[in-house]
Amino acid sequence: MSKTVEEKKEVTIVFAGDSGDGIQLTGTQFTNTNALFGNDVSTFPNYPAEIRAPQGTLAGVSGFQLQFGSVEVSTPGDVCDVLVAMNAAAFKVNLPRLKKSGTVIVNTDGFNARNLKLAEYDTNPLEDGTLNDFRTIPIDVSKMTRMALVDSGLGKKEVDRSRNMFVLGFLYYMYNRDMKATENFIREKFKKSPELVDANLKVLKAGYNFADTSETFTSRYNVKAAQLKSGEYRNIMGNQATALGLIAASKKASRDLFYGSYPITPASDILHELAKHKNFGVKTFQAEDEIAAICTVIGASFGGQLGVTASSGPGIALKGEAIGLGVMLELPMVVINVQRGGPSTGLPTKTEQSDLLQAFYGRNGEAPMPILAASSPSDCFATIFEACRIAIEHMTPVFFLSDGYIANGSEPWKFPKSADLRAIQSRDWNPDENAEYQPYLRNLDLVRSWVTPGTPGGEHRIGGLEKEDVSGDVSYDPDNHEKMVNIRREKVEKIANTIPLQEVNHGAESGDVLMLSWGSTYGVVKTAVKEAYDKGIQVGHVHLRHLSPFPKNLADLISKFKKVIIPEMNQGQLLKIIRAEFLIDAQGLNKVKGIPFTAEEILNRIEKEVG
Amino acid sequence: MKTADQNGQLTAKDFSTDQDVRWCPGCGDYSILKQVQSIMPEIGRKKEDIVFISGIGCSSRFPYYMDTYGMHSIHGRATAIASGLKSSRPDLSVWVITGDGDALSIGGNHLIHMLRRNFDLNVLLFNNEIYGLTKGQYSPTSPEGKVTKSTPIGSIDHPFNPLKLCLGADATFVARTMDRDPKHQREILLKGSQHVGTSMIEIYQNCNVFNDGAFEIFTDKQSKAEETLMLEDGQPLVFGAENDKGIRLDGGQPTIVSLNDYSKDDLWIHNEKDKFKAQLLTSFFDNPSVEGHLPRPFGVFYIEDRYRYEDAMAEQLEFAKEQKGEGDLDAILRGRNVWKVEA
Repeated sequence: MSKTVEEKKEVTIVFAGDSGDGIQLTGTQFTNTNALFGNDVSTFPNYPAEIRAPQGTLAGVSGFQLQFGSVEVSTPGDVCDVLVAMNAAAFKVNLPRLKKSGTVIVNTDGFNARNLKLAEYDTNPLEDGTLNDFRTIPIDVSKMTRMALVDSGLGKKEVDRSRNMFVLGFLYYMYNRDMKATENFIREKFKKSPELVDANLKVLKAGYNFADTSETFTSRYNVKAAQLKSGEYRNIMGNQATALGLIAASKKASRDLFYGSYPITPASDILHELAKHKNFGVKTFQAEDEIAAICTVIGASFGGQLGVTASSGPGIALKGEAIGLGVMLELPMVVINVQRGGPSTGLPTKTEQSDLLQAFYGRNGEAPMPILAASSPSDCFATIFEACRIAIEHMTPVFFLSDGYIANGSEPWKFPKSADLRAIQSRDWNPDENAEYQPYLRNLDLVRSWVTPGTPGGEHRIGGLEKEDVSGDVSYDPDNHEKMVNIRREKVEKIANTIPLQEVNHGAESGDVLMLSWGSTYGVVKTAVKEAYDKGIQVGHVHLRHLSPFPKNLADLISKFKKVIIPEMNQGQLLKIIRAEFLIDAQGLNKVKGIPFTAEEILNRIEKEVG
Repeated sequence: MKTADQNGQLTAKDFSTDQDVRWCPGCGDYSILKQVQSIMPEIGRKKEDIVFISGIGCSSRFPYYMDTYGMHSIHGRATAIASGLKSSRPDLSVWVITGDGDALSIGGNHLIHMLRRNFDLNVLLFNNEIYGLTKGQYSPTSPEGKVTKSTPIGSIDHPFNPLKLCLGADATFVARTMDRDPKHQREILLKGSQHVGTSMIEIYQNCNVFNDGAFEIFTDKQSKAEETLMLEDGQPLVFGAENDKGIRLDGGQPTIVSLNDYSKDDLWIHNEKDKFKAQLLTSFFDNPSVEGHLPRPFGVFYIEDRYRYEDAMAEQLEFAKEQKGEGDLDAILRGRNVWKVEA
């Protein structure tokens, strides 16, 4: 039966199932295929902390949300057009996100009596009228998969494991997509067991063909390629972009990368990615604990390498003392915090921005550090590169903040050419200027030189005790201490001379409301501000990459708006800093639920402020 | 920079700095500093390639007095910092200066992990069985019942046996010496410096202010010969004022015998490569006031040749380069799935 084709500008889909259902893989494949086709995409994986949470339960639901479109896409979408639910629990958890008249694709096999009980349903929602407002496509995915593989010789467990491919094939047909990229992926992933390659390809095709031949729906959808800026693109996840940015910075600084870290969600993928690139001279060191991780980095940095560590809030808390040593020694290093819900162990797989004050103040003594935050998955690359630049060129530990949302989310990236990346230049010792090496002699930016063991005549001792200006000898002199505290602060402040002036990212340059944001809220705030601005509201959007020091013109930008609203996934941390720094009556828009803002929530607040 | 002597050879003096040494007068640390400075010209390394890293504590002031590269870091972490330095710079000669509190209490975790990884570096553990810098609290090596400021009725902590702990973590060089025997100290330091792998050297060091005489029984001329057992590879375990006592293995049990009753051939012959016997030797840890106790061994307990972490790390980097070729930044920035958007 031939089907009509309906054009869509943007579509949001949620894939949901058990954490063992291959949901993340399915979502990633669908994303990559759409990205390769030329759509703009934005994704949001949302999964439980347990690796194999009890099957069929509400706690065990793993979800993957993506928005793809022929127009610019900045968020994974507020509400969904399509929900793919592999069982009753996945259905129940995600139904509230589905828009009225949206489409539900359900695996009916996941709605048996046991599933319904685990999902705490008294009646079957497929039959009790729950779905009256939606378009439902019921498929017995398990049965179809088993039928497709009846002759495969595989066990039931392995057969059922390829159910996700059936759904994926079904969606590829529905959205008129070429399956080649996924087919290649399957061949690569299972190259050691040809029978699994065959099985997965077969089920993928079966899903595609089923959508074609069954009379499930009458029209297919077409989402045209987006009008992105011309150039070459790839899809990239935040942690991956962070890893690539580190390798790029190491190359551009001609310093080997030493990455010391201890496994922690959601930062570990940076370690995994870097460990793949040892042919770049990347040394990855999985330390015995968080403290050892930062300490090995200090050792490597003293040895002249680009030392980097990463963790999440709990690990950063453990590293605090050693980061302070880094501040005192004035050695270059980068500390990555992929933030998650806190306090304590908190919500390991959920996102939050509640470690900003920890980055500012989480050390004993006056221990200022530059702080940068990435705004999106691909922005991790440019931001971590800049963090490395500042660390090396200004001889200081630097904080780089990401969070679970951008770490695991993905989007198209117009990747740079290595030749277009700037060189990073360390300050070396010039024996002609000062024959007797003095470790704390500074240049006009108050930066000391980086002289590493192996350099004849440069022998020197550094340590955590307060040191005399210039010579670096231990000093308890009161005036010297105050002088050194001031120097370390001014050194960080002077970095503002080397960073770009802040721009109004979107909307009005002046007017009623300024939405001042940082980190992963970029996409939703941008979407909301554009919409409000299009409605005629005089609202502007300023998004900060540099949180310490701030861009020099920030006060000036802020003063052009009547109201300043700071949306954050915390209880007002940037808000406190802005109020203290600029003495203005900024207000917060706060959400601490472990999930990102929706654009609607931001938009509502903007409208309330002017209404 | 200091100059070498007329023959171009560096001397101990070339390794001292212009900083005033600030340990208490009479502290055992002075002797260790002197011996370390004296062996430096003999270890076959250039001055600029030597790095001393310490944690926190009295002993950790050490790097300020060595005219090499150095870092006085934070409490317990010298071992971890040295691990990072040695991983990234295998070419350097790295020395860790630490104490019983620094290495065994706050830094215990890093110590054992450093040992199992077996970096080629040297650890000098100054054991004085007390917290000196904080003015006299008991440490993880203080004996049970030790009365200190924080234990007015006596310590109820069972102490660590440091070398047994180190062997348990698969250390590849385990030795003990003492501040009051410069000759022995020098010999052990040199042996440690020659070992390729982590050399773990425990040094009994007297804190004459807060724990004076803790090791007197091993260092005092009157009691030393009876209470210590000086280990020498290939030699029988003989001790005593008249060299008239020996250690014999009776079944698995070390037993003190008189050389009037046994010949030296009947005794335990020390073999530095024997891990099982080394474990027994590190268990010679009796309280010297207990009747029938074994003497305390000094010298090299154990040496093993095992691969070094930094070498294996370098080999993996080489292997990756052979497999994938030298890293091409543009290739990884592109990735595998690229699409083009036309203008």
